[in-house]
Formats: sequence, C-alpha cells, structure tokens
Amino acid sequence: MSETESSTSEVGELSRRPGRERGRDDGKFGRYGGQYVPEALMPAIEELTDAYERYVLDNEDGFMDEFRERLADFGGRPTPLQRADRLSERYDTEVYLKREDLLHGGAHKLNNALGQVLLAKYMGKERIIAETGAGQHGTATAMAAAHLDMPCTIYMGERDINRQRPNVFRMKLNGSEVKPVTTGRGTLKEAISETMRDWAETVEDTHYVIGSIVGPHPFPVMVRDFQAVISEEAREQSIEKTGGLPTDVVACAGGGSNTMGAFADFVDDESVDLHAVEAGGSTLEVDEEAGVAPNSASLYAGDEGVLHGARTKLLQDSDGQIMESHSISSGLDYAGVGPELAYLVDEGRVSPVAVDDDAALEGFHRLSSTEGIIPALETAHAFGFLEEHHEDLGERVVVNVSGRGDKDLDAAIEETDQRDIDEAPDMSMFTGGI
Amino acid sequence: MADTGNSEAIAEAFADGPAYVPYLVVGDPDYESSKAYVEALDRGGADVIELGLPFSEPIAEGSTIQEALVRSLDAGMTPDRFFAFAEELDVDAALVCMTYYNLIYQYGDSEARSASDASGETASAGPRPFVERAAAAGIEGLVVPDLPAEEADPLREACDEFGLDLVFIVAPTTRADRLDRLMERVSGYVYVQARLGTTGARDDVSDQTTQSLDRLREYDVPKAVGFGISAGEHAERIVAGGADGIIVGSALVDIVAEGVEDDLSTAEIADRLEALSRELKEGAERGYAARVEPAESR
Repeated sequence: MSETESSTSEVGELSRRPGRERGRDDGKFGRYGGQYVPEALMPAIEELTDAYERYVLDNEDGFMDEFRERLADFGGRPTPLQRADRLSERYDTEVYLKREDLLHGGAHKLNNALGQVLLAKYMGKERIIAETGAGQHGTATAMAAAHLDMPCTIYMGERDINRQRPNVFRMKLNGSEVKPVTTGRGTLKEAISETMRDWAETVEDTHYVIGSIVGPHPFPVMVRDFQAVISEEAREQSIEKTGGLPTDVVACAGGGSNTMGAFADFVDDESVDLHAVEAGGSTLEVDEEAGVAPNSASLYAGDEGVLHGARTKLLQDSDGQIMESHSISSGLDYAGVGPELAYLVDEGRVSPVAVDDDAALEGFHRLSSTEGIIPALETAHAFGFLEEHHEDLGERVVVNVSGRGDKDLDAAIEETDQRDIDEAPDMSMFTGGI
Repeated sequence: MADTGNSEAIAEAFADGPAYVPYLVVGDPDYESSKAYVEALDRGGADVIELGLPFSEPIAEGSTIQEALVRSLDAGMTPDRFFAFAEELDVDAALVCMTYYNLIYQYGDSEARSASDASGETASAGPRPFVERAAAAGIEGLVVPDLPAEEADPLREACDEFGLDLVFIVAPTTRADRLDRLMERVSGYVYVQARLGTTGARDDVSDQTTQSLDRLREYDVPKAVGFGISAGEHAERIVAGGADGIIVGSALVDIVAEGVEDDLSTAEIADRLEALSRELKEGAERGYAARVEPAESR
C-alpha cells in the first residue's frame, strides 16, 4: 500500500463521478435500502461503511489507484466495446457488445470481488467469506483471494454444489475452502443466511464479500461503485467509437450487479434508455400454495419487502414469506434485487422486462452461431430481449455481455434437447450417453 | 426506564425475582403438539414465553432453531395460524412474539397490495395491522432480530398504540452510541446477547456476558441474558452476575428436535421441557438468592 494519506488523482476522482451519488449518505434509495441486520452485525457494517468512505470515495492510501491497476493487470481491463455486425444487420440498428465475458474469470463478477477483497486487506481483515449460488461469485472471490493472498471460505448450497461441480473445483484450485450448506433447500438463499451466521461470529477479523448490489448498506453502493467501471468504459468507448452516447443500454438482472454496473454512469444521461432484463422463467404466474415463483422477476413482478438486510422488491407470498424463485440460469435465480434498481424502476428511469427461459435459450444460440460468442445463460436473457423488443429501441444499442457461457454448456445441452430451436445444433449426440 | 414499559404482564414477570424466559418455535413440529410444549414451559415456571413465528430467511438463527423454523413452515404455519395459536394457549406467562420484520411489515397488506398492483404503486399499511392483531391475540411484546433501532420508529409507534413492548437485542459488539439509540426505544426488557454469533446452546457461558451487564447497569430496564444457556448452573451464574432474567431457546428446541427424531410421544417431550424449565428456573432463583442475600445481610 502506498504511503500517501489521501490522493486526488484522476482515478480517485472517478469514484466521485456523477450518477453515483445515490445512497451514499444514508444507504437509502427513496424507500428502499437500509440496514436490516441483527444487532451483532451492526458494528461490522458501520466499520465497513467507514472503510468504504475512506478508501473507495476518498482514495485514502491510494486504494482506488491500486484497485484500477489490479483490474487492468490481473483482470484484463478495459474490456472492449465491440460492434456486433450480424445482430446489427438483423435488427437494422447498431448493436454494440460490452465484453465483460472477456474479463478474467469470464464474467463481470471479478470487478466486485477484487474490489472487496482488496478493501478487506486495507481494513486489516485476515479472512474472507462469501456465498455463492451458481458459483460465479464464488470463483471470482476465490481468484481474488488467491491473488491477494487471503484465506477464503465459500458457502454454497449442497444442491448447487452438485449442479456446479466445475465451479466448486475451480474454487478449490484457487485454494478456497468450500463449505456445503445443507439446511433448507440447499441453494443461494440458504448459503446467504449461512454466510451471515459465520460473519456474526467472526466479524472482528473477517470480511463478507457479498456478490451483488444487495444486502445492508454499504454493500449496494459499494458493489455498484466497483462494477460501475463497466458503464464508465462503455460510455467513453461509445463516444470514441461512434461519436455519441448509445440510445439504449441493455443488461440482464438477477441481484443486479452487472445491471447497475452497466447503467451507473448512464443514469444521468436522460437520452439513454436503460433496460433491466429479468428471468421470466417458465411463467410469471405464481404458485402461492407451494411458495414457488417459477421466475426471478422481482423488479417486474415482485413487491416491496425486507430481505437479507435491505428493503427492496421481492418475490414473496401474501404473508411475506420469500418464494422459491426459478430460472434456466442459476445466476439470475434470486428472489430479491438490489434496492437501487427497485428505486430506479419506481422512478421510471429503468424499464424492467421479463424474458422467459425459451427466449433466453434462443438468444444463447443466436449469439453463439451468428457472432461467435457463447454467452452465459444469464446474459442470454438480454439477447432474448433484443429479439423481442428491437423495434422499440433506438439506433444505437449497447448490450452488456456480463459473462461467457462455458459454465453453462451442460445446462444448455439438456435444455436445448427439450426444445426445438432454429439456430441450435442437434444435441442428441451429446445426450445419448457419450 | 423499566416503568415506561407498555405491558403490565411483562413488568410483573420481572418484578420479584429473576424471570425465566423460554423460547419455542410455534408449530414445531406441528400445531397441536407445539401447544402442549408451550404449556409445559408455563408449568415449568416460565414468566415470559417467546413464541417464534417462522420466517423463511432467518438470518439471525443458528442451525438448531433454523431447522425448527423449517419444520414449522413445512407443517403449514402462517401468521394467522400463529395468532390463533396464541389465543388458544392456556398459560399464565406473558407472551412475546419473536419474528422477522418482513412478516410484520406485510401482514394484512394483501388488499392494499392487489389494489396497488393495478395502480402500479405500492401502498403498505406498515407494521400497524400486525401489531393490532398481535394485541388482540394476547401478545404483550415483540422481538425482531433483523430490525435495528434506526428503522424501528414505525413499529415503536404501533407498539405504543396497542400497548405492546418492543424488545431490542444488545450484542457484545454494540458500541456506546448505538447502545443509547437502542435504549431510547426499548421497552419491557432488553435482550442481552451473551456472546457473538447466532443462537445455539453452548456448554460455557461467556464472560462477554458480565461485560455486557456492566455496560447496561445504568439503564433502568430489566436485562434478560440469552444465547447459549442450557442448564440450571448457567442460569444460576448469569443471574448471580446481575441478570434480571434468562432467555433459553436452542436447548428447548433441541428437546423437541430430539424427541421428534426418537419418536417420543408428545407427553414425553412435554415432560422433558417442563423438567428442564424447572431446572433453569430454580437455577435462576439460586443465582438471585446468592446475589440478594449477601447484600441484605450487610
């Protein structure tokens, strides 16, 4: 760490850019946000708030400079903004891809994980914990922890461990301990609860790296600020390459970290329409009796409540019990969403749209076969949206390619085999037991 | 201030001698046997009973209680059934509801919500309908582990309107400025978390307890210590150390869980709960005697 007490370098200024002021003072985004956590965790999040203000906002000890340098050298930033020639032709509009799939690890997740693990180091913490659903945030955190030489424990639902074995292996290769969570249904929300429990016992020397713009303040603003590098670059690249701002920015939304990262610096550009594409799952109909919402469209179909430390939009039953969500992409499979997105949707600044499993899978094949980019199934929802709504969009559209699809090949084979999709290759040779 | 409490029943529970405050999850493992278990706590000497209303994401609970919450939810527990349960109970102890804020916030809100869906706006009635219904069911107080003092004003107001106490948890890590904020809003009793971590029975009682009690000495509200108490001697030591009451959860929930596991009858499980209750209550009284007598003989 550098000797400088505080720096006013250009990099330090970046985190003070317009569009990133919301929520910084009190953790509130209109009615959303807040700090709904057990008393035992309050001192930890107060300490974290203080560290966020000093290191991230004020660039104390040159934190932001080191963060940006490591994002460049270890992460490979900046990622390109690439013109998608075939899609541009297909939709008769300029389609640009923000290639977060080219970031180290294959997804935008590293922006946040590297920022938080580095922050933990500046705070003098000795141990990292994190939750993971599909394993994307877990693998990013494990990479960052190995890179920065911090011991790391990842909590993951037992069911998710069985579904995502390669990611579990990746985390272990990077030296992290993976703890299976057997309570409840063994998925992301149980893993979050379990990680909070660990944190409640170990707050003094441990930092909890939350994987999205969710949770109690300061996590939503802090994760947004780390991810905002996406829109910061995309905005400059768009001006440089096309001479102007895009008319539309499209990003998929689960918890919402790639979404808010792609939107942050465009929020104040009123000419730019922002589209948050949620997982419509198999249907938007809810099975109240079974407590199941066969989708993850909390912005589009959810309503206000309190979950995992924040007031936000949720999929819940009429009693307030949280519903089991579903999506073809496990990374979008979460019953809540970041409070800032809930606010921006209420304000009319962000348009929420739901794209179902079928359209997402078609988007997956379309991008793979026409542009040579295999997207994550999460990202594929944004391309499902493009197909369905391109006529409503302006002449220059930026789509955030939040991650690559290598991790989803097994799921893609299985799901494709059950459907009849135009652009898809014949999958039978892969499902025949070879 | 102790005398600013809303519930007379809770004030009385702490008035003479130490209060034994047991916790069970309502509806664990099913509605009817759970009623027998809660009534057994009462026979065993409970002064206040904390009734757990299960939420699907209980971030402040250890695995013992979390599994009990899952059993109860799987058996069909809902806020309305919870209130019916409280109404049907035949107990002397004061009843307190322990649950998470989302259930309180959403209660009675479905009409407002379906109306709001049409208009595209959310119109929540806030925590008031829940508190009104709880008061009607004979609930005297609320403990909401995920509701910090900073967000608690609407619930505090509703509790004052309907005569309920609002109990806050103080942790070993709670800083002085936060302590003041909590103590301005607490009533009935303060839940002193004996050590860091989530709920769960432990063998030893942390000396973080003594420190916490020392910090709270200047506040004139009853102090009930919880987290990790599972035997009469823990109760004795904690009360001798200055606690006005003891809160016991996981050790009791464990009895239910083991009973279910071993296929014991409802009556056998109830007997065990009553026996442990008696042990804990007697331990607390011994601790109280040890604290009071030397002072009196001086």
